[in-house]
Amino acid sequence: MSKIPYYALIGYFAKELFFLKEFTLSIPPYKKRKELLRSLRKGMSNFGNGKGKPVTGDDDDDEDEGNERDLEAWERAYADERSWESLQEDESGLLRPIDNQALHHAQYRRRLRSLSSASAASRIQKGLIRYLYLVIDLSRAAGEMDLRPSRMVVVAKQVEAFIREFFDQNPLSQIGLISIKNGVAQCLTDLGGSPESHIKVLMGKLECAGDVMETIQKCKNSKIRCSVIGLSAELYICKYLCQETGGLYSVALDEAHLKELILEHAPPPPAIAEFAIANLIKMGFPQRAAEGVISICSCHKEAKFGGGYTCPRCKARVCELPTECRICGLTLVSSPHLARSYHHLFPVTPFDDVAPLIVPNQHRRPKTCFGCQQSLLNPGNIPGRCVTCPKCKQFFCLDCDIYIHESLHNCPGCESLRDSKSLS
Amino acid sequence: MTPVSSKQYTDDVSLLMVLIDTNPLFWSSTATPFSFSKFLSQVLSFLNSIILLNQLNQVVVIATGFNSCDYIYDSSLGHGNLRAETLLQKLEEFVIKDEELNKQESVDGIGSSLLSGSLSMALCYIQRVFRSGSIHPQPRILCLHGSQDGPGQYVAIMNSIFSAQRSMVPIDSCVIGSQHSAFLQQASYITGGVYLKPQQLEGLFQYLTTVFATDLHSRNFLQLPKPVGVDFRASCFCHKNTIDMGYICSVCLSIFCKHHKKCSTCGSAFGQPQTSVSTSNQKRKAPDS
Repeated sequence: MSKIPYYALIGYFAKELFFLKEFTLSIPPYKKRKELLRSLRKGMSNFGNGKGKPVTGDDDDDEDEGNERDLEAWERAYADERSWESLQEDESGLLRPIDNQALHHAQYRRRLRSLSSASAASRIQKGLIRYLYLVIDLSRAAGEMDLRPSRMVVVAKQVEAFIREFFDQNPLSQIGLISIKNGVAQCLTDLGGSPESHIKVLMGKLECAGDVMETIQKCKNSKIRCSVIGLSAELYICKYLCQETGGLYSVALDEAHLKELILEHAPPPPAIAEFAIANLIKMGFPQRAAEGVISICSCHKEAKFGGGYTCPRCKARVCELPTECRICGLTLVSSPHLARSYHHLFPVTPFDDVAPLIVPNQHRRPKTCFGCQQSLLNPGNIPGRCVTCPKCKQFFCLDCDIYIHESLHNCPGCESLRDSKSLS
Repeated sequence: MTPVSSKQYTDDVSLLMVLIDTNPLFWSSTATPFSFSKFLSQVLSFLNSIILLNQLNQVVVIATGFNSCDYIYDSSLGHGNLRAETLLQKLEEFVIKDEELNKQESVDGIGSSLLSGSLSMALCYIQRVFRSGSIHPQPRILCLHGSQDGPGQYVAIMNSIFSAQRSMVPIDSCVIGSQHSAFLQQASYITGGVYLKPQQLEGLFQYLTTVFATDLHSRNFLQLPKPVGVDFRASCFCHKNTIDMGYICSVCLSIFCKHHKKCSTCGSAFGQPQTSVSTSNQKRKAPDS
């Protein structure tokens, strides 16, 4: 059985933070993503080599038998199971299962509503520049095969997806990987000396020893948000840790649920108020030079052909963004990188459900979705389910609703009206 | 740049979303080298040639107006041989409706058209094609744009660009105005499309057929125009100015053109990094403008 001195791990972070608290922004490691993934894989293979026989779980893991048993009471808190919602009454009064799409959409709506109510306050500060350490349990419990082929493989796959999503949503943030194995925490990749405000612990099995409480307090005092995703049973100490530090604690029920839980951490969380010391930083948005232009590069001090960026203040050429201009010291960033996170600041308002009318009112209700021109009528000219934007009053189909809120982050109706623009 | 797992397309069938700029202020301005009707006749020939290239090719036209945007033509709805007639009729209806919506008395300059709206609509349509099954035409977006950029649409246009990038839809742009468009340069650069500003607009049809008619697969074998550089300027959130140097809020990354005391987006007060916690809290409580 793996015993991990949990407190040691957290103590490590807290210490780091004390030294480096002044940093509000440092140059993000875009290049680092590849390195991260590589080292993640390396870490995994190390695990394989180091422990040739990871499988033989010799203890109290009978509970992980999986699919046949009913959900435990604590599991029900996480499962999105509402059996009454999967039944629907049809015209003749018979109960029949709701079709999959509607169910899927209902789940999405619930998620969206909970998100928007959480940020109901008109202005929520979001910590868009995040420093996150991902702690992955590589102890023997990770070799458990209750998730196929093993917990570790499943987690590795999801973490890879998470890192991609993370950099997509948090362009200026930094991430580091830590593995815990045999009670020792090992840094797979470093942040490069930056403070970390969020810790997410992915773990298979945890048994605590020592004075964890003290460490949790330390975490709380230094404003580190800790979130834990468990793969086996719920543990009180993890829950307590998350509660105290303002993180999220959740337990994955199966692979799909795990994926959902991990990706939930990709959007930036609300900033911890006292920690958010704001600064205005002067930055330049250099133009990319035309292909085939020869210029002398200020970073390598040699003539370069094509590409490159021009500092808007001193017109020096630099090779890569983001960087600091060698000549005038201006911080140079690529504006699309900043713009990637703007949808967090200006979210699209959730659309309202339109009650299916019994008598189709042809005047009030258009026949097609405003976004994709798909017909909003079910076969037989019965009005299907659709949603409407509270601002521009255009009607959208359910698919567009999901696409608009999860990927596009623009309401096509509001964007194609001039007067609604002046309001926003 | 997010790598997206490559989708299984049929090889050379395209879905072309054409966004036509119908901003009346642009077309009536003296700087425009040729008339809207000349422009339309060249674009119509181009659309016909796209449909001739492959029986399965699909063309959808969206009008980008000054006050609204709308679909004006969809070849999958089947209009037989009355292609031009249907399009022109819908376009006329659209222009009249667009004019009725106009509320502003006077606009300085030629104004901007609602590119963000038509881009969002095009992307919604493309998502519908993606949903239709694993075999579908390869979508791409072509912006025929003349008006200047509307800095107020910056965030919305960037959102559309990133969504297009994620679903691997290239945005091609053909600028028919007198100035380069920073937004379209970024759109084409980020999504891997072609950006072109034709020198001689009389030959627009030739530019369109040689550069924008080929399907995405055949593009790999062509020598397409190289980008003339990309203008990465952004719009500030306070005055909607297009700027190349600005101040960034370290909390929410908002862009401002000059130094402010307080962030108008997230409400955090700016001070020195060493300001004590209590003062920054007091400042935050102050009512915002």
